[in-house]
Amino acid sequence: MKNIKFLILGIFFAIVLSKTEAISWYRFYEMFRFQSFHMFGIIGGAVVISAIIMQLFKSGKIKDINGNKIVPKPKEKGFISTVLGGTLFGLGWGISGACAAPIFVILGFKFLPALILLVGALLGAFLYGIISKKLPN
Amino acid sequence: MDFILQPWPWYVGGPLIALSLFLYFYFGKNFGASTNFETLCTMAGAGKVSDYFKKDWKERDFALLFVVGLIIGGFISAMYLIPNQNIDLNPKTVQELTDLGFSNVANQYFPDEIFSEEVVFSLKGFLILILSGVLIGFGTRYAGGCTSGHAITGLSSLQLPSLLAVIGFFIGGIIAAWFIIPILF
Repeated sequence: MKNIKFLILGIFFAIVLSKTEAISWYRFYEMFRFQSFHMFGIIGGAVVISAIIMQLFKSGKIKDINGNKIVPKPKEKGFISTVLGGTLFGLGWGISGACAAPIFVILGFKFLPALILLVGALLGAFLYGIISKKLPN
Repeated sequence: MDFILQPWPWYVGGPLIALSLFLYFYFGKNFGASTNFETLCTMAGAGKVSDYFKKDWKERDFALLFVVGLIIGGFISAMYLIPNQNIDLNPKTVQELTDLGFSNVANQYFPDEIFSEEVVFSLKGFLILILSGVLIGFGTRYAGGCTSGHAITGLSSLQLPSLLAVIGFFIGGIIAAWFIIPILF
């Protein structure tokens, strides 16, 4: 099982999100009301450090486990899809306090509510898959 | 041990999330979580309805193991690592939510008004959760990523679509917190 490392990484990431309160509904409400620096610090800190890591990837100073150059996949999405899709996601995020990874983490805290969120997310992804060709990009 | 049981400050969280991203890429894959919604649809047989889902999910089995890890990690945290869920919220936030009718604000991670079993089994409570889920699943796929994929990976690799997506995330989140939550409660 060469992929078992991703299982361990998932456990680690879930503990980080839990212990920093980054899965708490209140922390997101507080962030969107601009009443705390906490979540901005977490996300901003992660982005700044990741940007340095990305430069090391880009320059080839750090290669992946197989010795290949690390290249993040380019996001090829149009203006309307990213802004409109992003806003729809933001609405769901702001109401439920959950984004994609935390939904799975919250299953460990509040199983039934998180399961309803997850079923909703799968329905949403399914709906997107069906109508994606008709949506503006 | 004491440190593990205390809440971790933001300046610990940011670097550890960056470390997670680093390891994910170091292990040879792109960091993100919302593609799993698509993969799970494919596994459930959505390919029969739409070609969009005709993909080989075995290529993404690493991501599914990551998801299983997220669930296990959430369970371990809930059971053993968080002795109390008190959150050091801004007193203004506490007051606002209390005024809206929320109880026990900042003494738990998830408000009873959205996450308790009684509410979940009410029509309003069920609709709030399921529709939020639909918005999350639909929105992340339409935008091509979530907080991990766009806000962390995309922004740090200086991608313009990710900046647009994150602006969208915040427009939606701000509308939710300033207008929708006060209407719902």
